[in-house]
Amino acid sequence: MVAWTDAERNAITSVFAKLNPDVVGPNALARCLIVYPWTQRYFSKFGNLYSAETILGNPMVAAHGKVVFGGLEMAVKNLDDIKKTFAPLSELHSEKLHVDPDNFRLLADCITIVVASQLGSAFTAEVQAAWQKFMAVVVSGLCRQYH
Amino acid sequence: KMSLSAKEKTLVKTFFSKVSGRVDDIGNEALSRMLTVYPQTKTYFAHWQDLSPGSASVRKHGKTVMGGVMEAVEKIDNLCEGLRNLSDLHAFVLRVDPSNFKILCHCLLVVLAMTSPEDFSPETHVAIDKFLASVSLALSEKYR
Repeated sequence: MVAWTDAERNAITSVFAKLNPDVVGPNALARCLIVYPWTQRYFSKFGNLYSAETILGNPMVAAHGKVVFGGLEMAVKNLDDIKKTFAPLSELHSEKLHVDPDNFRLLADCITIVVASQLGSAFTAEVQAAWQKFMAVVVSGLCRQYH
Repeated sequence: KMSLSAKEKTLVKTFFSKVSGRVDDIGNEALSRMLTVYPQTKTYFAHWQDLSPGSASVRKHGKTVMGGVMEAVEKIDNLCEGLRNLSDLHAFVLRVDPSNFKILCHCLLVVLAMTSPEDFSPETHVAIDKFLASVSLALSEKYR
């Protein structure tokens, strides 16, 4: 089980409270598809992903970004048991979606960067450390059921 | 090896010329963050008195690092040749494990996103990410 200090819990929950679900999820996913274009391989059904502009304007990307954000929300609400909470999602990504787990790290980095741009100076080094620890636990939870 | 398109080089040059007045602060922020978020990186600076964020040593070194980054921007058309001295330094003297280049690059991207949210668009992000990866590659050229 992951040990969270009080400072880390506070940092994670207070960052999350500041995030706009309509902005962060969609922007992070779009950014991932633009910055790491090979991740587009999982979204062939999303239609037009030909350029940064079309990706940013693609409603399916935006909708899926919100789904991803919902997953993060679930993790924040279950900080002490992310592993168990994410077991079904992990199985889904492994068995059904066949996503290379390295991609979770790429998306996590994009989420961190979007969060940083939203929070500005409030995203201090300590807050970043707590947030990245949280993202690492989320990624680990998603990787767990792979075999 | 990922090469930068002409458009990407322009994006990199434009972005860095916009922030050129703030590079010292950017360097300090990125380095301070790296030492805090990735404590294993402190092992390279055991000779410093004070490793705390914003300390004199950290500020000074942040400035040095950004000096290197800005030099790389100027020599963007030929990084391996242009950064030859820095490459020798990292390979034979400093011997920084190349995995740490990725770490510092990530911290730099976070700081750029924080301090220039309007300018750090996804297209600029990918151009700078590629640029920093190329710089890292140039720096580890002579490792073996």
